[in-house]
Amino acid sequence: MSVTYIDAIHQAMEDLLAEDELVFLYGEDIAGSFGGAFKATKGLAEKYPGRVMNAPISEDAILGVAIGAALGGMHPIVEMQFADFGTLALNQMGNNAGAHYFRTGVPVNLTLRMPCGGTPGGGPFHSQSVEALFAHYPGLHVFTPATVGDAYDMLKQAVQIPDPVVFMEHKYLYRRVKAESFVNPDPLPIGRARIAREGEHATIVAFSAMVPESLEAAQLLAAQSGYEPEVVDLRSVKPLDTDTILASVARTGRLLVVSEDFPWGGVAAEVVARVAAEGLHLLDAPPLRLTSKESPIPYLPELWKAHRPSAAAIAQATRYLISL
Amino acid sequence: MGGVMELDQVALRAYRGMCLARAFDTKLSSLYKAGKVFGGVFLGRGHEAVAAASAVFLERGRDVYNPFIREMAGRCVWSDDALLEACRSYFGSSLGCMGGKDGNVHWGQPMQGNPAPVSHLGAMVSVVAGMLLAKRLRGKSGSVGVACIGDGTTSVGATHEACNLIAVEKLPVVVVVTNNQYAYSTPNSSEFACADLADRGKGYGMRSHSCDGTDFLQTLSVMREAVRAARDGEGPQWLVATTLRMCGHGEHDDASYIPAELKEAYAQKDPLDVARRQLLRKGWLSEQEADKMDAVARDDVQRALAQAQREVTPAPQTINWNSTSWNPEEV
Repeated sequence: MSVTYIDAIHQAMEDLLAEDELVFLYGEDIAGSFGGAFKATKGLAEKYPGRVMNAPISEDAILGVAIGAALGGMHPIVEMQFADFGTLALNQMGNNAGAHYFRTGVPVNLTLRMPCGGTPGGGPFHSQSVEALFAHYPGLHVFTPATVGDAYDMLKQAVQIPDPVVFMEHKYLYRRVKAESFVNPDPLPIGRARIAREGEHATIVAFSAMVPESLEAAQLLAAQSGYEPEVVDLRSVKPLDTDTILASVARTGRLLVVSEDFPWGGVAAEVVARVAAEGLHLLDAPPLRLTSKESPIPYLPELWKAHRPSAAAIAQATRYLISL
Repeated sequence: MGGVMELDQVALRAYRGMCLARAFDTKLSSLYKAGKVFGGVFLGRGHEAVAAASAVFLERGRDVYNPFIREMAGRCVWSDDALLEACRSYFGSSLGCMGGKDGNVHWGQPMQGNPAPVSHLGAMVSVVAGMLLAKRLRGKSGSVGVACIGDGTTSVGATHEACNLIAVEKLPVVVVVTNNQYAYSTPNSSEFACADLADRGKGYGMRSHSCDGTDFLQTLSVMREAVRAARDGEGPQWLVATTLRMCGHGEHDDASYIPAELKEAYAQKDPLDVARRQLLRKGWLSEQEADKMDAVARDDVQRALAQAQREVTPAPQTINWNSTSWNPEEV
C-alpha cells in the first residue's frame, strides 16, 4: 500500500474529528460532496455532519470566525483555498490571533491550512510561498512539512498546540510524495529539524518542496562529482531549529539555503543571518542562498521551472559553494 | 432575565453606566491634559445612550459583547469591574486583564464573552460571529452577541465580510452602528453614498432598526426589540443609532472640522441631559436620586483611578515576553 502527502492530511483531519469533538473544519468549498479544491476534505462532511462547514468567499471573516470559535473553546481547522489568498487573512492572523496571547494571556487554538507553492500552470496568484509573511508576526507557529509522515504528525500536533499554527502544505507534494504508511519512520518533536541526508562537503538547508529537490540535487552531485552534501529539512520555519543547522555547518563548513519563496527577506535570509551571527567561525566559505527569481511567478510551465530552484540549479549552486 | 424586561429597571441600570462613563471621561480628559496618561485618550461623549443600551439587555457569561472605542457606558453596564479595568488599562496595571501589555480602549476579557479589540476596524465583527458559532456547535442556545461599530467601520471590507457571513449563518448577532457623523475628521458625505446606513443591513439580509442615539428611551426601546429578536431566533439584526461625537476623535483632537452649526444643533441633545430629563419626567428617578447617582459615579471613578495608579506595573525584566503559550523544548 502506498499513501500520499494529501492522503496524510486527509487522514489527520479525519482522526482529529474522531478524537476531538471540539475540532471543526471551516473554509471555502470544503463541505458537501465536493470536498475542497484539492479534495483534502472529501467525504468528511458526510461522515461528520455539521462539523465541516462551507464559508462564503471572505478570507478575513473566515479567520475572524476561527479566532472567535477558538475563544469559545473550539479547535477550528481552516482551509485557505490557496495560500496566496492568505494575504487577505493576514490581518486577522498577524494582528489578532498572533497578538492575542501576549496581550491577554489567552492563546488562540486555531490551525490554518495553506495549500502553497508552485505547480506547472499555477501562475502568479496560485503558486506563492507566503510562510515568511506569516512567520514575521510574533505569536504564530509556521509548519512546513516535506514528507508524508510529517504531514500527518504535524497537522495533528498543530491542533494539539494551543496557539495559532499556520500549516503550509505544498501542492506540488500532494500527490507526488508517497510513503508506505502514515506512520512516521523518524518522528521528531515540533521545533527539531531533520537530517534528511547525511553528508560532509556542504550543508543544504531546505523545507517543503525544496527538500525533495535538494535530495535529488545531492544525489546528482554525488553521482557526478563524488561530493556528498548534507540535507537539512527544517520541518517548521517557526520555530526554527538553529542548533541542528549550526551542528551541520560545523561538520561541513559550508551553507546553502534553498527556498521557493522570493529572494527579499524570507526564511533563507533568516537562516543565513542566524548562521552568520552565531556560527561565522564555522564557515569556510560565504553562506549562499538560492531562492526563486525576483519576479512574480510565471504561468508557462517552462518559465515556472526556470523561476523556482530546481534540483539541477541546487546542484550547480552547491558545486559553486564547494569550489569557493 | 427572560420575558419582557421592565424598562424602568433597565433604564436605571443603563443610566448609572452613562453617569460612570461621563465621570470617567471627564476625569481622564483632565489627566490627559495634565500629561498623566501615555498615548491617546478616547472619549465617548455623545455615545453614552447607545453604548449603555447596547449592553443593558445582555448577560455576562451567557452573551457576547464587543464594545470598542466609545462604549465605556456599555462596558460599565456589562460588568461591575469595568471601571477598574478601564483605569488599569490606561495606567498599565499588572493586575488588569491586559497586564499592562496593551492599553487604553484595547482591553477585553475574552473568557467572559468580551473579546479584546484590535485597532483594525471591522476585524472584531467576525470574531463575535465565531464566538456565537462556538456556542451553537457546543449546543448552547439563547445567547446573543452585540458588535459595536461606527459609521467609518461600515466602509471597511472586513465589516462587509463579517456581516454577510453572520447573515448566511443566521447567527444571533446585533450589529450596532453608532453613526456619530465623523470618522475621525471625515464626514458621512465622504464616507458613504447610500441614502441611509440602515439600508446596508437590509442588503445583508438582516432586519434593520434605526433610532435617534441621543434619545435615551427611544434607543433603549429599539435596542430591546433588536436583542429580543436575535435572542428569539429571528436572525441577525442591524441597528443604526445617530448621534454626534461631542468631543474629538481623541483628546489630542479639537474637532475643529465639525461645523459650529452642527455642534449647536446638538447642544441640547447631550445624552446624559436627555436621559436625566426623561427619567425625571417618567418619575423613575428623583432630582435627589439623580444628583446622588452623579456624585457616587464621581467617587467611584476617583477610587478606581487611585487604585489603578497605585498598582504595580509590569517591568521589562520580569514580564513574560513569550508571544506563544507553547514553545519547543530546548534541545
